[in-house]
Amino acid sequence: MSDERDPVVSDEGTAHAIEVTINGETHKRTVLARQLLVHFLRDTLGLQGTHVGCDTGSCGACSVIVDGQLIKSCMMLAPQVDGASIETVEGLAQDGELNVLQRSFNENHGLQCGYCTPGMLMAATDLLRRNPNPSEDEIRHGIRGNICRCTGYVNIVKSIKAAAEAGAGAAEEASR
Amino acid sequence: MSSVPVAQTTVESVEKPDRLGEWSGKSIPRKEDGRHLKGQALFTDDKWQHRMGYAHFVRSPHAHARIVSVDTSRAEALEGVFGTLTGDEVKDLSEPFFQIAPPPGGNLKEWCLAVGKVRYQGDAVAVVLAESREIARDAAELVEVEYEPLPAIVDGIAAADPDAPLLHDEVGSNIVWHGVYDYGDIDWALENADHVVKIDRLHFHRFSSTPLECNAAVVNWEQGTGVIEIFSNNQMPMFASLVIGPALGVPSNKIQFQSQDIGGAFGIKIGSYPQITALALLSKKLGRPAKWTEYRTDHMLSAGHGNERTFVDIQVPVMADGTILGVKVRAFDDAGAYLHYEPLGAVIWSQVVPGCYKIKHVQVDFTETVSNKCPTIPNRGYSRMQHLWLIERIVDVVATELGFDPVELRKHNYIQPEDYPYETPNACVYDSGDLPKALDLALGAVDYPAWLKRQEELGTGSGKRIGIGIGTTLDSGTNNFGQARIINPELPFSGNGEAAYAKLDLYGEVNLNLGTTPQGQGHETTAAQVVADILGMSPDDVNVTAGFDQRHNTYVAFSGTYASQFAVTGLGAAMGAAEKLRAEILKVAAYALEADEADLDLGGGQVFVRGDRERAIPFIGIANLVYSNNAVLSPELAGSVSLNCRHVYVPPFQVPDHEAKTGNLTLTYASQTHVCVLEIDEETGHVEILDYAVADDCGRVINPMIVDGQVHGATALGIGAALFETFEYDDEGQLMQSSFYDYHAITALDAPHIKTEHVQTPSPFTPNGAKGMGEGGGAPLHAVCAAIQNALDDGAPVVSESHNSWERIYRLINHEPNAPRGVEVVTR
Ligand code: FES
Ligand code: FES
Repeated sequence: MSDERDPVVSDEGTAHAIEVTINGETHKRTVLARQLLVHFLRDTLGLQGTHVGCDTGSCGACSVIVDGQLIKSCMMLAPQVDGASIETVEGLAQDGELNVLQRSFNENHGLQCGYCTPGMLMAATDLLRRNPNPSEDEIRHGIRGNICRCTGYVNIVKSIKAAAEAGAGAAEEASR
Repeated sequence: MSSVPVAQTTVESVEKPDRLGEWSGKSIPRKEDGRHLKGQALFTDDKWQHRMGYAHFVRSPHAHARIVSVDTSRAEALEGVFGTLTGDEVKDLSEPFFQIAPPPGGNLKEWCLAVGKVRYQGDAVAVVLAESREIARDAAELVEVEYEPLPAIVDGIAAADPDAPLLHDEVGSNIVWHGVYDYGDIDWALENADHVVKIDRLHFHRFSSTPLECNAAVVNWEQGTGVIEIFSNNQMPMFASLVIGPALGVPSNKIQFQSQDIGGAFGIKIGSYPQITALALLSKKLGRPAKWTEYRTDHMLSAGHGNERTFVDIQVPVMADGTILGVKVRAFDDAGAYLHYEPLGAVIWSQVVPGCYKIKHVQVDFTETVSNKCPTIPNRGYSRMQHLWLIERIVDVVATELGFDPVELRKHNYIQPEDYPYETPNACVYDSGDLPKALDLALGAVDYPAWLKRQEELGTGSGKRIGIGIGTTLDSGTNNFGQARIINPELPFSGNGEAAYAKLDLYGEVNLNLGTTPQGQGHETTAAQVVADILGMSPDDVNVTAGFDQRHNTYVAFSGTYASQFAVTGLGAAMGAAEKLRAEILKVAAYALEADEADLDLGGGQVFVRGDRERAIPFIGIANLVYSNNAVLSPELAGSVSLNCRHVYVPPFQVPDHEAKTGNLTLTYASQTHVCVLEIDEETGHVEILDYAVADDCGRVINPMIVDGQVHGATALGIGAALFETFEYDDEGQLMQSSFYDYHAITALDAPHIKTEHVQTPSPFTPNGAKGMGEGGGAPLHAVCAAIQNALDDGAPVVSESHNSWERIYRLINHEPNAPRGVEVVTR
């Protein structure tokens, strides 16, 4: 779903030329100073897997990994990622096949409406890189910045745990 | 004993098809997951159209004010702004929305933007369309509105006072509905009971399930065809259509709703029809598609909150053996500034009049008022959970005050397994259940005796208190819209239903589409499971169309996803359509195989002669004969099959008696029994949930994993509401929680691990034995309040609020020695 959109022409403010690598692909764009990273991803590049659930950095639906760090892309401006390498949910599946973590969410019913899911997957990816064998408590801490209104977190925790047991964590650690 | 109401409801038991089994009942992983996990879902904000503008609403900062003037000139002058729409224009271009209430409440006038007055903080006075979200937001700031502030009324009971500030002149007071529900003989019960327990006041607070995806819509009033295309996340689009059509003066066949993935809804997304109406007018005026996605603050301020209800003068007659005879109460429901779906909440609670108990004498004097707060909208557990919370609070207060064990008191008063089908005092019929077993399972899951021991050992001086609480609740599903007539006898509504459409496609593939608008409930999966069983194939091979599109999905006026009913209505429709398709397939196969239909069976995407699998025809062969080779069929056969089969499931309902306020208001009664064990820190009021279990009974389960997921979700939202989530207004009507900073949505750290247990008592009234579920009846509110009460000393006040922040708990623990307890027992 990479249909790029008409650029906004009427907005005032400075334009910045940026070059950014997203899921291994390089994009060169001119962006407005006040455009949020999440809107750059969604509206400019059409990478709509990253979601918006609040406007205060509270919900984590917009979580992506920038240069190895989990961040909330509604709390960052597009010009700030010039030169950065970004991972989003669209980059998780390899050749169309779900990775271990994604598969575990499917097998353990770790998603209902799916709106928090991309952010949860990125938070879990980050967690498993740092801690390949997290306890339930460590998992709950790892996703404390991500709100889910559907699952009560039970099956999200279960999915991440099962993924770790299936080696997702080890793979993530190795991929660093 | 006085006379008990005469049975007046009959529900026919349903002959069950015997074909469910191979796939139904299994936890198969969901079909919809792949697109979500890959970031390929289609939510409303993902929708984009050529020439589309972004809309932003201008909202009132005042709770109550006269609009003196609205000046949009500075906004219109901003580069990148396409135009604006104001309340004055709306008044000329559209009609007020129709009202469910009878007069005088029904005289209330609401347009899609505020006209003349604003009535809550967040009331929309204008809307701007611009080239980008950012410009639209800037432009909204430039709209200059002059207000003349008026006194605000924020208390739902005080609003009923004749001297209170009046919200809607045309109603004449703030009371929009009033009625007395009177069943059995409460006066007799109060006179003859051994004890009467009197509780001063219980207050059920405002909160919302706040779906993670805010409301959104892309609306295009197509100039060429006059069709209004609406891609939105509204969860009850046919209801929205019925409201929007007359307001805009367009026939319903010119309104076309579509949705695909919806990021949670919980009832709240029934309420986006005013904004959609405004977007339609804006689109028409400016000749462009209008896209609107709420910011979270817009959502908190104006998307709708759950019903706030206050119960006063509660009287409960109880016999010496613990038998609870009845309940007498006055209830005040605060609907907020306008009636969105209200006053249906003033009747919907009566689906569960006695809760889970054999309470025979009930009198509820029910008043609904408007106040200067955000309008309410159905919220998971809508209207029943408020009443069930009242009943559960009553049971626990009776236990505490009269010295009964809360487990034994419940079991003594529960409707017993052999009592089903059980007719309630208002002629609702509870289909099936086993509440004592469910309670035992839930208590067993937390090891109740062990916690009782811990509680005792802890003693005083530890600085900690352990509380254990039970919440037994009902999730009534598949409602009879005839109950609307109890609110307004003139309303032409009754019954319920859902549609589905099954077809064999050109190469014999099975396709199903539904009238529903799921928001995470896994309809594509469960519908595929039942259809797969009926057509003898794998669910993987049943394609269920993702999302709803009015242009090609089938529907009825009740279509949508709300009120715990999919397993009955949605699957009932899917099963009916699949049965019709199966019958056609068999008919064609019998002709092709020169066999008797009775000797044929379906399996593996083929029809074969029983006992001779070699004599078979695959579905592709059937499709070929009907679609592209029909000259080989007999003319009678060719003319009688289409392989396109629509079915409407219609539940067996009669029209309720609006004068007696009786009738069968819902078809199924799923139950949930919750047990909560929590620990309170005496110094801070800080609460930690130590153990939590739920026993769920939703009849026959089609996909256990999905049912558990619904239980988990409803439980977490209920715990959130009980401890963290509340919408409160100050005296001026300013909302104090308008972002996720102040409105603390429960997180993974706050939520406990939830243990689940299962009872399955199949419903005799539904096509598959299943009962609708998902709302959960607000059970955690009941269980958490009971656990807090259980942790308090005997002299402590009654836990009278459904929301208990740590501060409130601290105050309860550290109450004044002679603080009023809010409860009194009169013993004869
Ligand atoms: S959208 Fe970024 S944290 Fe909520
Ligand atoms: S699955 Fe709906 S918000 Fe998490």
